[in-house]
Amino acid sequence: METDIMVKKYLHKDWLWVRPRGELDMSSAGDFKFRICTAMREFGCRNLWCDFSQLTFIDSSGLGVLMGRYRELAPLSGQIIITRPTEQVYKLLLASGLHKLMEIDRPLSMKLSKEDM
Amino acid sequence: MAAEEKVLACRAVAADQVVNKMVFRFLSRSDNVSLARLLASAVAAERDTTVAELDEIKVAVSEAVSNAIIHGYDNATDRYVEMTVALTPRQLVISIHDDGKGIEDIAQAMKPDFSSIEQRMGLGFAFMQSFMDEVEVNSELGRGTTVTLRKNLP
Repeated sequence: METDIMVKKYLHKDWLWVRPRGELDMSSAGDFKFRICTAMREFGCRNLWCDFSQLTFIDSSGLGVLMGRYRELAPLSGQIIITRPTEQVYKLLLASGLHKLMEIDRPLSMKLSKEDM
Repeated sequence: MAAEEKVLACRAVAADQVVNKMVFRFLSRSDNVSLARLLASAVAAERDTTVAELDEIKVAVSEAVSNAIIHGYDNATDRYVEMTVALTPRQLVISIHDDGKGIEDIAQAMKPDFSSIEQRMGLGFAFMQSFMDEVEVNSELGRGTTVTLRKNLP
């Protein structure tokens, strides 16, 4: 299965923007990694911005790709930010400890429910 | 059967008795992982499970089936994984079996290993354990592995 991944160079400060759509597991993680690595090389980016608003599922295979990018970018002082995760994805990012290594936005639904109360 | 009798019949079912069961056998292809987790969560949805609980079940199944394909079969795509999903009055019981190479040291295999970065951070078993109520692993070298996941249901 191929995930629909939108990749573009964000014009400020060598950021690569990616928005995978669908699910990231062992069948799509390889493609996700390949698309990111190719684009980062091609555009010369060292910061990665993951828009996870369209990502409905992630497991350890997908998290492994993020960890791998972190290991690669950290020595170059690059960073990774993750915005608009869905609740399932957010929960797994916390469970894996990746929130200690990258900036992760809280899901919109969680923000709303807290402010509404 | 009168309504009253039906209630009595339901109560007579022992807590660990299987009330529904399905067996799925599929090729060890990576694109079957998503189908497997979807099937398991569909069976779980027969009960009053929350969306969060269904998500947890999906992750645990995804990890167990990925392990079977990656570690049991070394990514071969022509072998079979068998998943049994059973419902008892109190639990969802999912068994995932492969006839692969087996695990030599189960305790070691279940430890998270952050050094194996690209290989899923060694988080597979950690996720199964944190998202399910019980995880049991039976393995025999050269014969295969069976992972049994249990989740208490409302």
